[in-house]
Amino acid sequence: MGDAIVVTSGKGGVGKTTTSANLGTALALLGKKVCMVDTDIGLRNLDVVMGLENRIVFDLVDVAEGRCRLQQALVKDKRFEELYMLPAAQTKDKHDIQPEQVRDIVVELKKDFDYVIIDCPAGIEQGFRNAVAGADRAIVVTTPENAAVRDADRVIGLLEQSNVSAKLVINRIRPNMLRTGEMLEIDEVCQVLAVDLLGIVPDDEKVIKSANAGEPTVMDPSSRAAIAYRNIARRILGDMVPLMPLDEKSGAFKRIRKFLGIG
Amino acid sequence: MTEKQHITIKGVKEGLVFLLDDRCEFSALLDELHYKLEKTHQQLLTGPLIHVHVKLGSRETTEDEKEQIKSVLRQRGNLLVQSIQSEAEQQPQPDGLGQELKVMTGIIRSGQVIAHEGSLLLLGDLHPGGSIICTGDIYVMGTLSGMAHAGSAGNTESIIAASLLRPTQLRIAEVISRPPEEWMTGDAAMEYAFLQDGVMQVDKTTQLFRMRKEPLVYKGV
Repeated sequence: MGDAIVVTSGKGGVGKTTTSANLGTALALLGKKVCMVDTDIGLRNLDVVMGLENRIVFDLVDVAEGRCRLQQALVKDKRFEELYMLPAAQTKDKHDIQPEQVRDIVVELKKDFDYVIIDCPAGIEQGFRNAVAGADRAIVVTTPENAAVRDADRVIGLLEQSNVSAKLVINRIRPNMLRTGEMLEIDEVCQVLAVDLLGIVPDDEKVIKSANAGEPTVMDPSSRAAIAYRNIARRILGDMVPLMPLDEKSGAFKRIRKFLGIG
Repeated sequence: MTEKQHITIKGVKEGLVFLLDDRCEFSALLDELHYKLEKTHQQLLTGPLIHVHVKLGSRETTEDEKEQIKSVLRQRGNLLVQSIQSEAEQQPQPDGLGQELKVMTGIIRSGQVIAHEGSLLLLGDLHPGGSIICTGDIYVMGTLSGMAHAGSAGNTESIIAASLLRPTQLRIAEVISRPPEEWMTGDAAMEYAFLQDGVMQVDKTTQLFRMRKEPLVYKGV
């Protein structure tokens, strides 16, 4: 029996889909059998980020309404043998599916997969309820901004009501803004939200570049965000991985300059 | 009397219960009482001694008015007024003081509302976007950063106290206040908010005893 993890945030644009795609891929990279489920019906884009858009035949709503079998709707990843995706429908909306139907599908998927990663839409309405219905635990993605933290707080409250334990991923951290104190501190965010921290992800332009290329960032080990996502995946598996240092990588030249006190 | 009746007379085990309407004029009530006792119900109301309970609903009455009702009933020699009850009095005073204190443990997150009749002690934080609404006092052992409304039924004596008072908004009775900069003392002292001449004030909790002079009990040597 696998583990179903919903990736949610409340606020839009904080990186739910990016996190889902990268964690799914990172878990597959670690040899796990993973299925990603996109529940953002009407505004699907997990398939775009994964570069699997052109392979979609059936979708979540088709499965829920019995137009196809679950196995038929699963899209196999082009990189990994054991990574699959269940796409959302694009021509329907969130009300065309009920939380119970999603729960049944997730229960079905958990039989075959080690991890089921559910990508949740923004908001706390029907789409959120659908996504959370089948989840065993939740990853709440936030950015170090007040608005995102507020929404995360609201979502954590709702998750607690449905007895889903939540862990936090702080995305898009800019180390230089942290240093100047212009951005909320990581400790501050954790303290405010009072949930366990699962990981931090630095802001990285490569994330946008690879998402556009339909290639999860996590495949590129030179990206700092990729390392961060790999660390989070290992923590999901239960490994103790220390938080990555946020300071910029200093090259040999920089280090010598620092040593000489002119850096 | 063709209009709506204001008085209902019920027979119960102990005697009779007079249910008096609580929305009509008090004088109309007395007139009808007279009328009923003299005219329509005189057969019923003569005979052996009967105990009478009067229920006023939620009408607020003065002692004088109660006396008027009693005197009308006493005119019939056999009616013995046992009690005159009003729900307005039975309801606990909306001051929270002396009421049972509700203790809650947990975090009130954004979007969550805790409403309580009486006073509330929260062991935990109140996050921005969350709210606590009480008819009595609000005490937070933790950080209060959301909205707290004490004395929501109108009690201006209520207070809001917290280990760390960093509210988005505070309300006591009808007064709404958002923390101006000078509230933010910055030091981590426990503080409480209260109303003084209709204006919200904040002071250190150690000063609370000046406002609420309660007898001190000294024990030991």
